[in-house]
Amino acid sequence: MMDDLRELYQEVILDHGKDPRNFRKVENANREATGYNPLCGDRLVVTLCVDENGTVQDAAFTGNGCAISMASASMMTEIVRGKTRAEAEDLFQRFHEMCTTDEDVDFTDDEDLEKLMVLSGVRQFPVRVKCATLPWHTMEAALRGESEASTER
Amino acid sequence: MSQAQYQNDMSTYDVNRIRADFPILSQEVHGKPLTFLDNGASAQKPRQVIDAMRSVYETEYANVHRGAYQLSERATERYEGARDIVQRFLNAKSRQEIVFAKNVTEVINLVAYSYARCVLEPGDEVIITDMEHHSNIVPWQLMRDERGLVLKYVSCTDDGEFRIEDLAKLITPKTKLISLTHVSNVMGTVVPIKEVAKLAHEHGAKLMVDGAQAVMHMPVDVQDLDCDFYAFTGHKIYGPSGIGVLYGKAELLDAMPPFLGGGDMILSVTMEKSTWAALPAKFEAGTPPIAQAIGLGAALEYVSGIGLEGIAAHEIDLLNYATQQLSSIDGLRIIGTAPNKTSVISFTMDGAHPHDISTIIDQAGVCVRAGHHCAQPLMERMGVPATTRASFGMYNTREEADTLVAALGRVREIFN
Repeated sequence: MMDDLRELYQEVILDHGKDPRNFRKVENANREATGYNPLCGDRLVVTLCVDENGTVQDAAFTGNGCAISMASASMMTEIVRGKTRAEAEDLFQRFHEMCTTDEDVDFTDDEDLEKLMVLSGVRQFPVRVKCATLPWHTMEAALRGESEASTER
Repeated sequence: MSQAQYQNDMSTYDVNRIRADFPILSQEVHGKPLTFLDNGASAQKPRQVIDAMRSVYETEYANVHRGAYQLSERATERYEGARDIVQRFLNAKSRQEIVFAKNVTEVINLVAYSYARCVLEPGDEVIITDMEHHSNIVPWQLMRDERGLVLKYVSCTDDGEFRIEDLAKLITPKTKLISLTHVSNVMGTVVPIKEVAKLAHEHGAKLMVDGAQAVMHMPVDVQDLDCDFYAFTGHKIYGPSGIGVLYGKAELLDAMPPFLGGGDMILSVTMEKSTWAALPAKFEAGTPPIAQAIGLGAALEYVSGIGLEGIAAHEIDLLNYATQQLSSIDGLRIIGTAPNKTSVISFTMDGAHPHDISTIIDQAGVCVRAGHHCAQPLMERMGVPATTRASFGMYNTREEADTLVAALGRVREIFN
């Protein structure tokens, strides 16, 4: 069980949590959404700048949350930059699958998912999956033009 | 209580014998003994409660109030017998003042919909605090919006204390209802209900009390407190979930229209109109939680048999010990340090979020609660996004407080 904890709280996660990337508001943001974790205690605001082709030019987040949600938000804002809406949503699907699958799937041939693999330790802690997926649900809501997100919709 | 009483209660309190009454406590979690410190969310059940409910289903179950056969009579006797137990437990004047509901949330909504919405007038004022559980905030916001009531609140101090002077400042001739928690679910702060009732009545206002976190920690005498309404729930006082209690003064309940309409709460029904049953049936529509009410009765008898004074002394000792041990942890801040509080400790740790704290200490078998505790306004008032909360009950021990402290050491190792 201690191995599970070590896998969940890898150095990379703790690093992102302590020093999150893109912890700011996007200056010329044209999308914004707030996400609340039903496992209450995490609240994130995701801002995006999406160009006329539907490509994410800039992504950032603010808010307060646990190490998992902050690390996931930090990585999410790095990875979605340059992606189209369709690509971002597709990546979220695959990320969600990675966090919830029972199988020991190898994601190393998926470049984006490989970067997010550090978060897969959350599989052993089902209650914390919502912490990992909250920033992504919030990003998706922002892309759809909604202002509030939760992991339940 | 006096020092002599405290010593006496402490010396006769046998926590190991009590623990033996709770089957679930012998469980292991992740290969470690279960250290259950989330009693504020819900408490575990003694064999006496489990057996009482099982015996109902095995030998005395039928719908109540409606059968002309012996089995139904016996079930009704047990159900109404539970009401008598609750009446004695709260020292209510009459059994008609005891209404069974689902939980405290439903009870507060009952008072909001039947009293505030129907008896109060637009422009009347309701006062709550910013320490309240959402169940004692949201219904009043609904009534404010629906009935045009004015909703005001008292703010607690930075230490999480309630100051009656601050409440007095808010009261005006239009104040008609004050609704307060007896004990804060986040901080354990005890509110001086008797004094508040006196103040409320001096100004022509009624007092509703949320006792969800109180009745398991101290004796509650509703006549002595002189509150107008009092709510508590079974699952936090070692009884089953799905059963809550509203105490209301008979004259107030008499003047209120029903909350839920249906069977049992009527005298007669035509297609044009219906007339209402007498108290307490007027507020108990439909088939009640029969086995749950009987289970609640068994829980109250169990607790009374051990004695609330003894339980309180045991828990205060745990509170003092745990507080002292926790204070030695680097970067740990306790939220809610009122001098008069129950055995609830909410805290933050620098650099470690409550979700992470509770996941890590769960590996050591320790169960605590993380998050807002259904008290978002209080989190904002205390300037924290969330807290971790350990809440001690009648079967917890100093050893378990030590286990909690040791487990928090692991958190420090990971989040240093």
